[in-house]
Amino acid sequence: MYPSKFDYHRPSSVQEAVQILADNPDAKVLAGGHSLIPVMKLRLAAPAALVDIGRIDALQSISRSNGSLRIGACVTYNEIANSADVQAAAPLLAEAAGQIGDRQVRYRGTIGGNLSHADPASDLPAAALALGATLHVAGSGGSRSVSASDFFVDLMMTALQADEILTEVEITAAGAGTGSAYVKFEHPASGYALCGAAAVVTRDAGGSCTGASLCFNGVSATAVSAADAASSLVGSDLSDGAIDSAVSGMSIPDATGDMFASAGYRQELARTLGAQALRTARDRA
Amino acid sequence: MGISIELEVNGAGVSKEVEPRLLLAHLLREELGLTGTKIGCDTSQCGSCTILLDGQAVKSCTVLAVQADGSEVTTIEGLANGEYHPMQQAFWDNHGLQCGFCTPGMIISCVDLLNSNPQPSEDEIRHGLEGNLCRCTGYHNIVRAVQAAAETMNG
Repeated sequence: MYPSKFDYHRPSSVQEAVQILADNPDAKVLAGGHSLIPVMKLRLAAPAALVDIGRIDALQSISRSNGSLRIGACVTYNEIANSADVQAAAPLLAEAAGQIGDRQVRYRGTIGGNLSHADPASDLPAAALALGATLHVAGSGGSRSVSASDFFVDLMMTALQADEILTEVEITAAGAGTGSAYVKFEHPASGYALCGAAAVVTRDAGGSCTGASLCFNGVSATAVSAADAASSLVGSDLSDGAIDSAVSGMSIPDATGDMFASAGYRQELARTLGAQALRTARDRA
Repeated sequence: MGISIELEVNGAGVSKEVEPRLLLAHLLREELGLTGTKIGCDTSQCGSCTILLDGQAVKSCTVLAVQADGSEVTTIEGLANGEYHPMQQAFWDNHGLQCGFCTPGMIISCVDLLNSNPQPSEDEIRHGLEGNLCRCTGYHNIVRAVQAAAETMNG
């Protein structure tokens, strides 16, 4: 299957890339291409031009400084899953990245492409949400930062404007007493998440919970935070009973029902996997 | 609009002018005649189009030829060096194939797997090959082949 014809641009800087986007309203950004090329081959997308940001040096690195982890948009899933810096500062992201697709896909797919594509059944959106990531964005009018909680707008829709590129993902490094886990129930053929639960908990020296977040992929049109369930754990001892009680009444708004699973089934998966992720996160804290 | 690209395929330099929408799998098969690389599902799932791009196993049906500009590509045709690559020999010895359609991509993925993990457990082999589908063998002999090749290559 061939994609429709398109013009191809390969800028060497972010500035050049956003200028090309501003000049070509029908252009799309190409990073690893593992979401975009398949939809172009199926002719679900037919952009007039592609702006290949895969060779822009500034987007390729992982760095850690002053308690913050910064990951360039073109860093691949494989690099994230195997990076000692990510494993130390944001192990949740490394764990989620290692569960995406298969080996070949993980060599090509990128964090920037994943978050910008905003497929709700992919694995990184809920991890970014649970970690409170800050997404740095460049456009022809300048740069700005968007919190992960404001980034995912609707099904495959983000806060990015047509002439903007996600350039970097910034995460505050996990502190002492913090544990996290990503647990996924995947569709057996596609590997996409019917439900993926991302949990982060922090405990003080006495074992009491001082902070918790619980977010889900696959359950509704965007990655979603179960903020009430998570906040009800703060102050608890994170016992199995406390976790079960926090998730038992949880209901994700507008859960998706489709040919693979009903909305009710996804809700049940969220409660089950949410509890599993919280227990594992607690054990790692 | 033609784009000039230069890459190294199985050790030989290649210069081509290509359409931006040309997929790497089609460049290899139709322009360069390297039909060992198969196109199966054409939706980045089956892995039969797997090749090494700068040493990493990728699905060439989901890479544009222009993205491979400046890169080194190894296909199944480039593995043997006078004699079979140890992975090819191990597939032969262990009957790791039946119809053979998935085999070129499967062997490339297995080579990549051992490059990153020279002594994988059976579980790591099965997990590591989740991007390659085989509808004949039930995978058992493929796993045996990888184990045998690991033994040879760690010699």
